[in-house]
Amino acid sequence: MYVAVKGGEQAIDNAHAWLAESRRGDVAIPELSVAQIREQMALAVGRVMAEGSLYDADLAALAIKQARGDLIEAIFLIRAYRTTLPRFGASRPVDTGAMAAIRRISATYKDLPGGQVLGPTFDYTHRLLDFALAAEGEAPVAPQAAPVGPVPRVTGFLDREGLIEPEPACDDPPPDLTREPLDLPAGRALRLQSLARGDEGFLLGLAYSSQRGFGRTHPFVGELRIGEVMVEVEIPELGLCVAIGAITLTECETVNQFTGSKTQPAQFTRGYGLVMGQSERKAIAMSLVDRALRWQELGEEDSGAPVQDQEFVLMHADNIQATGFLEHIKLPHYVDFQSELELVRRLRASAAQEAAE
Amino acid sequence: MSDYNFAYLDEATKRMIRRAILKAVAVPGYQVPFASREMPMPYGWGTGGVQLTAACLTPEDRLKVIDQGADDTTNAVSIRKFFQRTAGVAVTERTREATIIQTRHRIPEAPLTEGQILVYQVPIPEPLRFLEPRETETRRMHALAEYGLMHVKLYEDIARNGEIATAYAYPVKVQGRYVMDPSPIPKFDNPKLSDCAALQLFGAGREQRIYALPPHTQVVSLDFDDHPFVAAKAPHACDLCGDAASYLDEVITDDAGGRMFVCSDTDHCATHRATGHAGRLGGTEGAAA
Repeated sequence: MYVAVKGGEQAIDNAHAWLAESRRGDVAIPELSVAQIREQMALAVGRVMAEGSLYDADLAALAIKQARGDLIEAIFLIRAYRTTLPRFGASRPVDTGAMAAIRRISATYKDLPGGQVLGPTFDYTHRLLDFALAAEGEAPVAPQAAPVGPVPRVTGFLDREGLIEPEPACDDPPPDLTREPLDLPAGRALRLQSLARGDEGFLLGLAYSSQRGFGRTHPFVGELRIGEVMVEVEIPELGLCVAIGAITLTECETVNQFTGSKTQPAQFTRGYGLVMGQSERKAIAMSLVDRALRWQELGEEDSGAPVQDQEFVLMHADNIQATGFLEHIKLPHYVDFQSELELVRRLRASAAQEAAE
Repeated sequence: MSDYNFAYLDEATKRMIRRAILKAVAVPGYQVPFASREMPMPYGWGTGGVQLTAACLTPEDRLKVIDQGADDTTNAVSIRKFFQRTAGVAVTERTREATIIQTRHRIPEAPLTEGQILVYQVPIPEPLRFLEPRETETRRMHALAEYGLMHVKLYEDIARNGEIATAYAYPVKVQGRYVMDPSPIPKFDNPKLSDCAALQLFGAGREQRIYALPPHTQVVSLDFDDHPFVAAKAPHACDLCGDAASYLDEVITDDAGGRMFVCSDTDHCATHRATGHAGRLGGTEGAAA
């Protein structure tokens, strides 16, 4: 019995009601508050802010709640919200050198001015399920130390000796990926912008592939720092800069194998990663991918590795674009499918006819 | 109504899109890059079409939204509802009554008229994409009108299968210049692209491209003299309205090989039945097989 498909509107409303009910889960279990997610799922909140390109922990936590913990769905909610916001202006470039670091490590020096500050890291935890967390109880209080002040950059030490390629300051206004269509080939500023909001998993896979030989970059983590930086805005009417808040950033600077020639002595090269929130994995991956994408300007060979191919990397790094296009194939395609059905039937019929003749 | 601007997008964004549309109309078939915005529906759900519709809508417009030719498919319902909520415009299921029609995968059966705008949702705007994955390359190929690769592909189809094995998103040449992807419409619809009285706009949100066919543009489906283009459809008549000339969906009715064919264009089918026509299974809505 064929019944013409009608009532799509009612079906959609009902599906949304079911979704809302499923999101809440068992009502006998207390509901999560946005503040609980913000405080206790901080790394998820950070990822949603970074890839959503909007620094607002409360909105990110709300998005995670609404998305039932699906982080890409939460990132999508933030992106769709972000695009409706008016733009009042741009901040001054943030100074990560003046960062109040909660974590700052270098893999290239055993000790260095400012010291190795481990901070809240998983690095040396034993990955044993902590069943004490299943029982409710207060977390132990960590011992306190004086906050770390601004610490010098590792790349700065190398720079003073001329051992690393210089990174001259530049006052050009950075391009804006969200206001101009991506134009290829893209300069480094645009590439970094794209990578900063790119999918963590995609960058991780690319960076890993470069470590395994598909576009080798041989990086050392010169420095990894996490902490708050001030965001300052210039108010032309007042003629001064006003701090409007602080944001947490993760910054990774890699020191990579050198280039050099008879005329130019050998020098280390740089890879750079900067991510909103606390995300070392993403920042390190980003710095490896950044470095790999610089093969041309550094006179390296194109080994044909995916990580060296900026069109491949930039066109596929955005998880909202990727998941949209991937998942859209579940939408109705019966018109197209019908046309292929007819084609395949026709081709088979003419093949059968030819075989019979 | 809502806190959002008329038709959701802010006016500056609409202006940016309208500029891209004007350029697209001025260079028919050329893909104009535009700064596509993140929309509140996913990429792949018609964000390019939605942005075009948002940029074209006026409060006096009457909007029709179809997906697979039908007004009642879920995504068509969802997009129509979006503009009812954000623009408060009148909506219709009648092709003739609509001033703007947003479509996915079909061109309505009823001829379009002057003053109408047909907005297509486009997944991959680049007709050369599956021959050359790099945008940097395909842009150059368009600039030089270097379309040999496409003809080789069509020729290989014939060599392998005896005919051009492309059933939808069949490539066309616009006004003798640009090769264009008409979006994944069945090739049955291709002849309607040419000399159409309505303005046809194509929007690819994720790929950030807009292109257009101004009214009465000449659009030719690519073919060879000895293998001319044929607009194909299922060799049946609609089982509900009896029309033998409209594009049909095949519906499986049981697991013993039973099937029926119905018009993909629901408005066309309903209009045909309302004028006294009936197919094999009668003309009533939801007729049983």
